[in-house]
Amino acid sequence: MEALVAIAIGVLTGTGVFLLLRARTFPVLLGLTLLSYAVNLFLFVSGRLVVASAPLTDLGLDAYPDPIPQALVLTAIVIGFGMTALLVVLALRALLDTGGDHVDGGER
Amino acid sequence: MTHLVILPILLPLLAGSVLLLAAQLGAGARRAIALAATLALLPVALLLLDRVGDGTHLVYALGDWAPPFGIVLVADRLAVAMLLLTAVVALASLLYAASGDDARGPQYHALFQFQLLGINGAFLTGDLFNLFVFFEVLLIASYALLLHGSGARRVGAALHVVVLNLIGSALFLFAVGTLYGVAGTLNLADLARVMPLLGPDVAPLARSGALLLLGVFALKAALLPLGFWLPRAYAAATGATAALFAVLTKVGVYAILRVYPLVFGPGAGEVADVAAAWVLPVALVTLAFGALGVLASQSLRTMAGWMVVYSVGTLLVAVGLFTEAGYAAAVYYTAHSTLASAALFLLADLVARHRVAAGDRLDALDVMPHTTLLGGLFFVTAVTVAGLPPLSGFVGKLMVLEATQQAAVAVVSWSVLLAAALVVIVAVARAGSALFWRTAPEPAAAQAMPLDRRSVGAVAGLLACAVGLVLWGGAAASYAWSTARQLADPSGYVAAVLGADANAQEQRRSLR
Amino acid sequence: MLLPLVILIPLLGAWLPAALSRAFGIDPARTAGTLVTVALAIVLGQAGAVLDGATFVQSWPWIPSLGLNASFRLDGYALLFALLVLVIGALVVLYARYYLAPEDSKERFYGLLLLFMGAMLGVVLSENLLLLVTFWELTSLSSFLLIGFWRHQADARRGARLALMITGAGGLALLAGVLLLGQVVGSFELTQVLASGALIKAHPLYETILVLVLLGAFTKSAQFPFHFWLPHAMAAPTPVSAYLHSATMVKAGVFLLGRLFPALAGTETWFFVVSGAGLATQLFASYVALFRHDLKGLLAYSTVSHLGLITLLFGLGTPLGEIAAVFHIINHAVFKASLFMAAGIVDHETGTRDMRRLSGLARYMPWTAALATIAAGAMAGVPLLNGFLSKEMFFAETLQVQWLGPWYWIMPVAATLAGIFTVAYSTRFVHDVFFGPAPQGLPKAPHEPPRWMKVPVEILVGLCLLVGLAPAITVAPLLRAAAGAVLQGPLPEFSLKLWHGVNLPLLMSVVALAGGAIVYFTRRYHFDLHGYRQRPVDGRTISEGAVSHAVYGARWLVGRVANHSLQRYVLLLVIAALGLGFTGARGLTLTGTATLTPADGLAVLVTAALVVAAVAVAVVHARRLQALVLVGIVGLAVSLAFVRLSAPDLALTQLLVEIVTVLLLLLAMYFLPAESPPEPSRARVARDVAVAVAAGGAMAALAWALLTRPFDSIAWYYLENAKPEGGGYNVVNVILVDFRGFDTLGEITVLGIAAVGILALLQGLRLEGPALDWDGRPWAAERYPLMLRVLSQPLLPLALLVSAYLFLRGHNAPGGGFIAGLVTGTAMLLQYVAQGSAWASARLPWNYTRVIAAGLLLATATGLASWAFGAPFLTSTFGYVTWPVVGKFELASAMAFDLGIYLAVVGVVMVIISRLGGLAGPANASLEGR
Repeated sequence: MEALVAIAIGVLTGTGVFLLLRARTFPVLLGLTLLSYAVNLFLFVSGRLVVASAPLTDLGLDAYPDPIPQALVLTAIVIGFGMTALLVVLALRALLDTGGDHVDGGER
Repeated sequence: MTHLVILPILLPLLAGSVLLLAAQLGAGARRAIALAATLALLPVALLLLDRVGDGTHLVYALGDWAPPFGIVLVADRLAVAMLLLTAVVALASLLYAASGDDARGPQYHALFQFQLLGINGAFLTGDLFNLFVFFEVLLIASYALLLHGSGARRVGAALHVVVLNLIGSALFLFAVGTLYGVAGTLNLADLARVMPLLGPDVAPLARSGALLLLGVFALKAALLPLGFWLPRAYAAATGATAALFAVLTKVGVYAILRVYPLVFGPGAGEVADVAAAWVLPVALVTLAFGALGVLASQSLRTMAGWMVVYSVGTLLVAVGLFTEAGYAAAVYYTAHSTLASAALFLLADLVARHRVAAGDRLDALDVMPHTTLLGGLFFVTAVTVAGLPPLSGFVGKLMVLEATQQAAVAVVSWSVLLAAALVVIVAVARAGSALFWRTAPEPAAAQAMPLDRRSVGAVAGLLACAVGLVLWGGAAASYAWSTARQLADPSGYVAAVLGADANAQEQRRSLR
Repeated sequence: MLLPLVILIPLLGAWLPAALSRAFGIDPARTAGTLVTVALAIVLGQAGAVLDGATFVQSWPWIPSLGLNASFRLDGYALLFALLVLVIGALVVLYARYYLAPEDSKERFYGLLLLFMGAMLGVVLSENLLLLVTFWELTSLSSFLLIGFWRHQADARRGARLALMITGAGGLALLAGVLLLGQVVGSFELTQVLASGALIKAHPLYETILVLVLLGAFTKSAQFPFHFWLPHAMAAPTPVSAYLHSATMVKAGVFLLGRLFPALAGTETWFFVVSGAGLATQLFASYVALFRHDLKGLLAYSTVSHLGLITLLFGLGTPLGEIAAVFHIINHAVFKASLFMAAGIVDHETGTRDMRRLSGLARYMPWTAALATIAAGAMAGVPLLNGFLSKEMFFAETLQVQWLGPWYWIMPVAATLAGIFTVAYSTRFVHDVFFGPAPQGLPKAPHEPPRWMKVPVEILVGLCLLVGLAPAITVAPLLRAAAGAVLQGPLPEFSLKLWHGVNLPLLMSVVALAGGAIVYFTRRYHFDLHGYRQRPVDGRTISEGAVSHAVYGARWLVGRVANHSLQRYVLLLVIAALGLGFTGARGLTLTGTATLTPADGLAVLVTAALVVAAVAVAVVHARRLQALVLVGIVGLAVSLAFVRLSAPDLALTQLLVEIVTVLLLLLAMYFLPAESPPEPSRARVARDVAVAVAAGGAMAALAWALLTRPFDSIAWYYLENAKPEGGGYNVVNVILVDFRGFDTLGEITVLGIAAVGILALLQGLRLEGPALDWDGRPWAAERYPLMLRVLSQPLLPLALLVSAYLFLRGHNAPGGGFIAGLVTGTAMLLQYVAQGSAWASARLPWNYTRVIAAGLLLATATGLASWAFGAPFLTSTFGYVTWPVVGKFELASAMAFDLGIYLAVVGVVMVIISRLGGLAGPANASLEGR
């Protein structure tokens, strides 16, 4: 399982970075989305893996996952959402003001 | 248990929310609320200064959860100094904005307050992830403020800033994950406690995390090669906003000063002094290139932007020594450079406002109204930023030079520092003579726009503070030194947060 | 008596001339004069004691940690300079009153003059070396302003900048030197420094210190090869030149040579560097002076050459040489000031300073001519004038040089040669201007200047004569005191007699005088002075060329590096991160020792799907719709992973955020071009792939290394205390609203700010969507499909019910404020998609910004409530109530906090969606003002 997670994180990071290096706003947006998936996964598993459980203490399980990373990731997801939303609108604004969707404005 | 510690966070939070809620209020009322809330930060900061003056760490456990399990706020000399500095700059910037800039877009004052919330939170928090949260708060507020008044130039610059900082945030989280993954805790003091206990097996991971974090802070502090975005972005912002941004870069510097001596200091065993090899050389590059940028600038705003890079370079030369003298110089220079940069940004805006045709461009000939007053202000500002006597820049430069004197790379550092200083002197002399000496003849019926009292007051106020740093230089320097001692010996911080015997957790852990 | 007063009176009084003339119309010259007189009186009050050999030191701590103290020193040497600065300063104030034209701002002039005077007094009265450097730089600054006084003249501006650059650079070198000096001695106080001469000269850093300090002194005193700024400083008004270049600015350099004499002088290095520079300067400048046509130009180079002479004397390192140097400092100040003033008078009364046009002025201004002639005589070293005496001592000293061995004759010969040129240009100064035929076509008809404009000159020339005739009773005491203070020890025997009998020095004087006269009067045989064209290239053109090259170089470099390309900046950031991460991880063994979790088929499948989809996104990103769909799949896979890895809350949140984000991107895509243009270059793609692979590999490795290592964290505490302390079984939720509620507060603030920022961005934003879809088909006329409309209407209340349920159970089971908020938001968002924003906003008529604010305030208020119970911010409490129907039910204060979160989240989602959704077309007209 650890291997799978590591691979997933690696692929998400790699594809994210690749898209971040594109010249148009939309791919960059996608890239940030993928990168944030990678980040969330990584942060989440920094508490190590526990399968078939849940941080609900009334379940009376013998092994609970580390709840802290889960809380952190939740926060990170929501913050990331706000940031992405702003960036989307910013991209639209740039399209209107500079007449193109190149990340450096205009059509280049 | 004093609630004083959290006021610098709560005041702007409440003010900001109220300003959002009170949509129907008139511009005057909103201005009043904002000014009142900002003004209130001054006495709070001064009270705190009085409290921590004797070296105590004020610890505030949010939700009454004992550290390291809950989030704590910690006010020590460094944090409080930054709070005070921020309060002063914020007040000046708001005063300047109140001359009309604040009306150029919606919700300016709310955003301004949230910006302060983020900055103050970053200074006060004692928790790594909470630091991330406050970074996000101050960042998103800064994006919105940067866009205030809109315009294609701003949008373009903002797009870059946002994307870069989003990547920065991702790096931050990678770092947090790595450090939590090895240390199992987020509280800075607790991290400091755990680091020495790390075995050689996991230490490399911790070092990676630490250095990734350094990358994030370097991006915020606009260290090269990560700081190229700054001059354009700051030059694009309105004068008042840019002045406030002068504090933003210092948050990055603060974070380095806060985290590395405490968590990755000499006592951190396998991960000790992890940043030492990096900061100084990078800082020297930043300093040199910043000076070139200043020389190359063709408008006063851009020059101010590069001046920020230049000063951050100087600042981190001092920080990069990771010695007591270095910290002291850094603390003093931070105060100086923040005030000076802020003043320069406001002044550039003022000049652009009155130089109708050419704005703040240095290569264009134009009439310069109010030469005496504006010229005088510029002269004082220039002397300050160029580090010439007798103003704060000179004292700051002296402290940095004396701090680097003993360092292994003293010769290199001195050469770069002094050469860069000369370049900056030449650059500001050229700028000044282009703006205030090489003026076009006044048209006969020239009806110069009258100077706005508040704006001039804001600039003069900032400069007055910079002068104060010299007149009361003894007091300022000794505060810087005592702060430096506090930074160099983190045991006090750790004890204050985790209780006298730092192994309390060990007992708690044994509960399992 | 307070020494600082002497400095502070002119320094702080600098604004008085302007203020008083504005307030009461008092003549600025009068104010300035008064201030100078007061300062002078204070100094004279101490003169007696000092002349008897006393040394006053007054010290106040300023920045002790730096070694920078406000400590001042008045000894013979300082007294001498203070007197020069103040006396000549006073005369300049008087002179300028008549020199300045009505259009020149007297307020500004006298203000700057006082500023400069204060700085200069600071230099000479400093006991602390750092303080001295401070004032030193201050003289550079204030002289910059004085030289640029006529700011509309390009020459003035350039001259000022040049002076600032050269002297500023020297100042920085001096600063470095002084810091090292302080490090060696262990103090910056002169008393200690002067006492540690032996220690310093023995120290390995001695040469470095010497060079740095001399750089400061030489640039200031315009020694070769740094001399060139001085002639260009002549663009300043003549009173300024008279002041800066006789008694003050340029004398600061030689002052320093004397001040640090005991600490640095007397070594072989010192001799060769200092007297070498001095000799070169003196010879070169005295020769060049002969060829200047501008009166002030001639005087400028003469100043340079006399400074060279003084430097040379200090360089000899002998007591007698030092005495001669000090003596010549006095004499030069006196006659040079008067000469500048005379030149100013000529300029003022004839309108030109060009010696090729001037001639025979003695007819029109005999008195001035007489004064100028005497002063020039002193400059040339004619007997019975002060210049003669020090020149004699100089010649005598050049015969005593010990270091040169067989080359001992070089010094006297060179000195005599310089003497010849000096006499020649002095003669030219007098003869060209005042004698010969009547001048032709002068701009003004020449005549004597106003009475009081001559007085300063008369006083100074009088001094020349007095000192020249009766040195022993006039200047001797001051000279002894000063020279003694320089040596910091007993003075050797020396006599100031006019007649020492016929000896070699006298012979040299005679040769110089005769030779000079011959050179001048027979010039037509040697060279045609008046036809001489000044070289186009000089130090200024060179240094200005250097500066402009530097500027353009910097522009090119900065433009190339900081080229405003986001792609480059991102690349730099990624590479930096990789570099940092890798260096940190040095010595890492990739795989740790922890026991691993077995994988299962489903997990493999999901991972595979995720990998394929993610890679596919990167490949097809140019076709944006497909890419977006694929991103959706990836997100789905991630939330599945969360489910599998025991994070139900995460899975839910991820899923909902996913939906909203994708909808957002869809909206964006509606306006953005449907496809990205093809990549410009394959090479770049290849490079990016490489970087991406490296980054991905690094993160995978990092994750693997972490996951395969055993782990211990503070998690146990939360698991143990969530219920008993936090009142909830859902630990994650309890952490979010309680243990780490502060994070959450910050996080909803971020959301709120995002919403505000978006609203601001959308202001006045009007975008037209494409008329055709991406396959070129026209959009369906009906924008809101029937099916969706019918389905969505009952969905809203249902969704609200669900979110209420999720909210209430959140504390104990997956759910809570966020998730509930997102559900509500998504449902309402569906209304917009289905019904159109006009319809929806008519039925959901709230100002969502205020909803957000309300949420923030509610959350904050909940936190504040705990203050009432003396507990810190955000301290929670909980209890149980029994409700009808529902039965026993838990109420936690954290729920109010959670409600705040709920409101904020709903508000944000609605702001974003409603405004964005309403973007296209007229639909959003109804939303304006929200």
